[in-house]
This record gives sequence, structure tokens and C-alpha cells, in this order.
Amino acid sequence: MIGLKLYMLQRLSAMVMAPLVLGHIAVMIYAIQGGLSAAEILGRTKGSIVWALFYGTFALAVSIHAAIGVRVILAETILKNRHALDGLTLAIGAGLAFMGLSAVYAVTAS
Amino acid sequence: MSSAKTMLLVSVWRGTGTQGRYEAFEVPQEDNQTILDVVSWVQQNLDATLSYRFACRVGMCGSCAMMVNGKPRWTCRTHVGKVAENGRIDVAPLRNLPVIKDLATDMDPFFDKWVGAEGHFHPTRTRADPIEAINPESPSRKLADEGIECINCAVCFAACDTVTANSDYLGPAALNRAWTLLNDEKDGDRTGVLDAVSGSGGCHNCHSLGSCAAYCPNELSPITAIAGLKRETARSFFRKGR
Ligand code: SF4
Ligand code: SF4
Ligand code: FES
Repeated sequence: MIGLKLYMLQRLSAMVMAPLVLGHIAVMIYAIQGGLSAAEILGRTKGSIVWALFYGTFALAVSIHAAIGVRVILAETILKNRHALDGLTLAIGAGLAFMGLSAVYAVTAS
Repeated sequence: MSSAKTMLLVSVWRGTGTQGRYEAFEVPQEDNQTILDVVSWVQQNLDATLSYRFACRVGMCGSCAMMVNGKPRWTCRTHVGKVAENGRIDVAPLRNLPVIKDLATDMDPFFDKWVGAEGHFHPTRTRADPIEAINPESPSRKLADEGIECINCAVCFAACDTVTANSDYLGPAALNRAWTLLNDEKDGDRTGVLDAVSGSGGCHNCHSLGSCAAYCPNELSPITAIAGLKRETARSFFRKGR
């Protein structure tokens, strides 16, 4: 139950996520190897526009990508109603975006 | 005639609509016997009320497809020796289509989807015009040629789990047809075809696992055609923002 637009949104959000995932993993390895404490990490992320943009974009791309992915699974298993499916896709995307962006805000707002 | 002929144990689906059960028959095994021969033998010798469908018996018409031991097959070209499991054969109506009676399915949903995929030719000339010359070596003609030997048997349609899960999905055969039209230089409605395969039941729902290509008796590859459609629709998305 996906047309061209949702398909493109899912592919494009994946393309956005791919480099961000690599960046995220690189940062995690660096942070752990270097033995950074939580406070030290927060010291670097708080007030940083770059980290806010990096993880903000990440959270949005994940929300779009995951919502469409879950939509396909639901459509092919238990949810055959088109309107319910549209509503749930939006709700999942919005919910993920809200949680993701709240977390980004918490670690980057100064 | 030897009286000690090996017998095949054949289980045949009997019933109408959603109701039914398997019925067991014993059929003498022969050399070079096809599944269609077995079904016909049952109908001619044991139960004249058995309903099934066939026409050409040589793999041309696409009307004889059934599930054989759980797999979709063209029964007129499927040899018993290749598919029998310890002398046992289960024959059932094609999956993913409503049953009319016994082994005959209603093919309407399958053909409706060909129409839904704009799977018919859109001419640009009349019979008064001269015939357009097409170079058989051109890349687009070669791509079209790879998909045109489809006999509409619906074996791929029965093999596709996405068809099972998503009743809107146009399915491998209709999308394969759309792809051949898209590559046919004589076809006049490229945009119409691209639109038709971009809807909520369109090519983007394919999970690319390839049962269609694995079971197609004519060794076509609908999965490759669908990948082509995904590519072309994505291109048109960037060009026109559709
Ligand atoms: S590759 Fe696509 S069309 Fe072919 S069987 Fe799988 S989902 Fe169906
Ligand atoms: S693509 Fe192959 S399996 Fe599907 S309908 Fe055509 S011939 Fe049959
Ligand atoms: S009877 Fe025509 S393809 Fe089998």
C-alpha cells in the first residue's frame, strides 16, 4: 500500500540516514575509546548548532523512514483499512519525530 | 498389459468457492506423463464431474496452471516424474485467485490488474499509415523482447506473497506487461503507463524476493521488469516532481 511518493520518501530518507548512521557510529566509537564521561559529552553538545542539526536531521529521517516501513508491515498483515493506515502512519511518524527531537533538544539546548 | 502398474496417489481439491476438501484418487503411472494427463485421466475414468481448465496442451495458451505439491506449475508441461514425491501428487487450484469449482479459478482479478496497469497497447498510428520501422537491435526493443513471451498463465501471480498480502497489488505479470509497453517504441502512452504503476497497488510494493521469476514457466523475470519500473518512475519523479 505504498505509491510512488511514499516510496521516494522512504528511499530519500534512507539516503539521508546512511551517512548520518556512519557519522553516529564513528562518534560513538570515538567517545567510548576516548573515555568521555556523560558530562564531558554534554559539555560538547550543549549549545552546538552542528550537533543539533546532525541529530535533528537524523531523528526526522528516521521518523519518516520507520513510519513508512511500519505502514507496509501493517498493511500486509493486520490493517487493511486505507484511512486507518494513513492515520497510523502519520501518528507513528509524528510520535517518533517528537521523541527524537525532544532527545536532541535535551542534549543540545544550552 | 501388465496388471502390476505402479499407481500414483493423487489428491485433488474438490469444492466450490471457499468450501472444499481434498479427494484421493489412484492413477496408473505412465512414461512421459504430465500433471494435466493425470487430472484428465481422473476426469475421464473416475469422476466426470471434476472441473479444470486447459486448451493447447503444449505450453502456449496459459490456461492449465494449478498448484502441484504446493507449487504453481503449468500442468501440461510439468512431468509427473519431476514433481511426484514418493508417488504422491497434490493438485489444487491456483493460489491467490477465487475458486470457481475444483481446479478452475476465476481469472478475472488477474486480468483486471492487467487493465489496471495500463497493460494494453496505445497506438499512435492508424491502419492507413505506413508501418513504423523498429530496429530489432535497439536497446529498448531488446528490453521489451525479454518480457513479451508471457502466456498469461498466472503462475507468477500465484507465487507472489505480496499479491497474497495486498489485494491492491497489480502483481508480477501485469507489471511485466507494463514494462514491455514502456520499452515499446510504438506505444504512445508512456506517462499513462508510469502513472498506472505508481499508485497504491503499483510496482513500489514489490519486495524483490523473486518468486515470480523462480516459477515463471517461460523463464521470464518480472522482478527485473519491476526493478526497471521502479527506476523509471523514480526518474519521472525527479523530472516532474510527481
Ligand atoms: S519479486 Fe515482487 S512481483 Fe516477484 S514474487 Fe516477489 S513481490 Fe511478487
Ligand atoms: S510472467 Fe511468466 S508466470 Fe507470469 S503470467 Fe507470464 S508466463 Fe506466466
Ligand atoms: S494447456 Fe495451454 S499452456 Fe497448458
